[in-house]
Amino acid sequence: MDASGLPVERSITPYLIGLGLAVVLTAISFGLAATGALPRSTTLIVIAVAAVIQVLVHLRFFLHISFSTTPRENLIALAFAALLICIMLGGSFWIMFDLYHRMMA
Amino acid sequence: MSDGVIFALLFATYVVMLGNTAGGPTGKELFSLERAAGETALLLLSSTTFGFAAVALAAADRSRVLLWLVVTVALGLGFLYLEFGEFSGMIAQGAGPDRSGFLSGFFTLVGTHGLHVSIGVLWIFVMIGQVLIKGLTRPVASRLARLGLFWHFLDIIWVAIFSVVYLPGVL
Repeated sequence: MDASGLPVERSITPYLIGLGLAVVLTAISFGLAATGALPRSTTLIVIAVAAVIQVLVHLRFFLHISFSTTPRENLIALAFAALLICIMLGGSFWIMFDLYHRMMA
Repeated sequence: MSDGVIFALLFATYVVMLGNTAGGPTGKELFSLERAAGETALLLLSSTTFGFAAVALAAADRSRVLLWLVVTVALGLGFLYLEFGEFSGMIAQGAGPDRSGFLSGFFTLVGTHGLHVSIGVLWIFVMIGQVLIKGLTRPVASRLARLGLFWHFLDIIWVAIFSVVYLPGVL
């Protein structure tokens, strides 16, 4: 942590770990999409899980967010943004697909 | 955070519009997995090389900061080159944003991300200039740290884009 209030990373190791994990997760997703080795629904679930893990990898190893070193208020702000996104995404899908369902019925 | 909310809503718009192809081409006919993989690789590498620049900044090594910023900006420009090629190819075959609701959603979402990357590239050029002229002073270091947040954030959005748009699109 420096005067700017942002974390300072002095070693390239976390970036290399992040890169390695991101490459593996990306390769799994693209590999499944390219080969079609699994049924479509299974592939979509694997892609979704890999994406969530990869976002967490990026937050942890590129943006250095962790529960022990990141200030509490930054974590709360992040959690609040996540909550807002869930409300707006969930609300949009609920309304739009309900509308779609009623129009097609 | 607010930028994350903007992208979340553009994703919602895209998913809602997904079925509205108006008889036009679908993602399966338009998306190239190879090109998406190339874009992904360039952006991921540029995120890593920006990390190397941040480590060089912590070590106050000016020439290495400049080196990694130049590498990062080159990777960013490579990404934009691929994306512009993709967009112009789609528009040339009549699959522009005016073709269907699905394509409007696609161009708004991916185009907004591309616009952010363009601004990020411009910002990196500005910071290269500041490091050259002013050196690694405290304000410059602080600006570089903020630019880093922006650049890593854009890669996170890209993860969501290939997982929501390209991969399900070609399935």
